[in-house]
Amino acid sequence: MFIAAAIAILVVMGIALLRALVGPTLYDRILAVNMFGTKTVLFISVLGFLTGRPDFLDIALIYALINFISVVAVLRFFEYGRFRTITIPHGGALKDRPDDE
Amino acid sequence: MNSWVDLISWVCLLGGAFFAISGGVGIFRFPDFFTRMHATGVTDTLCAALILLGLMFQAGWGVTLVKLFLILVFLLLTAPTATHALARAALHGKLQPVLEAEGESSSQS
Repeated sequence: MFIAAAIAILVVMGIALLRALVGPTLYDRILAVNMFGTKTVLFISVLGFLTGRPDFLDIALIYALINFISVVAVLRFFEYGRFRTITIPHGGALKDRPDDE
Repeated sequence: MNSWVDLISWVCLLGGAFFAISGGVGIFRFPDFFTRMHATGVTDTLCAALILLGLMFQAGWGVTLVKLFLILVFLLLTAPTATHALARAALHGKLQPVLEAEGESSSQS
């Protein structure tokens, strides 16, 4: 049963990589990479049980942390063009401004 | 009793594999970015929860169960956050969803 789940997760990882390669927009690629990272966490967990070494769960936990932080960092970079935050003068919400930056 | 635990674990693992495949087909076949985000949301929450639950039934009581629970909690906390940030960034970057009412207008950008 572990092998069936591992093969299914591998197939989905391949499909996500394919979408990340042919994705028309930038956000499709980021979405596919995010899904790939989540499936990598699951695959490492299943692989640890498949080979009888549950110590792999530590690697899966660290990979989940790194995946989330990297996705948010890439999103911030592509949304604002830089990594540091910009200050809004009037305190308005950023999502309502058109793009007058 | 042990065979019942194994049966529940296999059902959870096979359900997780099924939802993973369905999400993979969805992310490859759906026409729009936002519909693809819907397919990714299915796999990020339900597939991860089912597979980790199936592994929890196999783990037994111990440190392994705690680690699996930590991974599950962290995935359930961060996957909707990443999806929300992605949708907000896409709307901020003026990526409009494809609406059927406008005929066959494909995505402009």
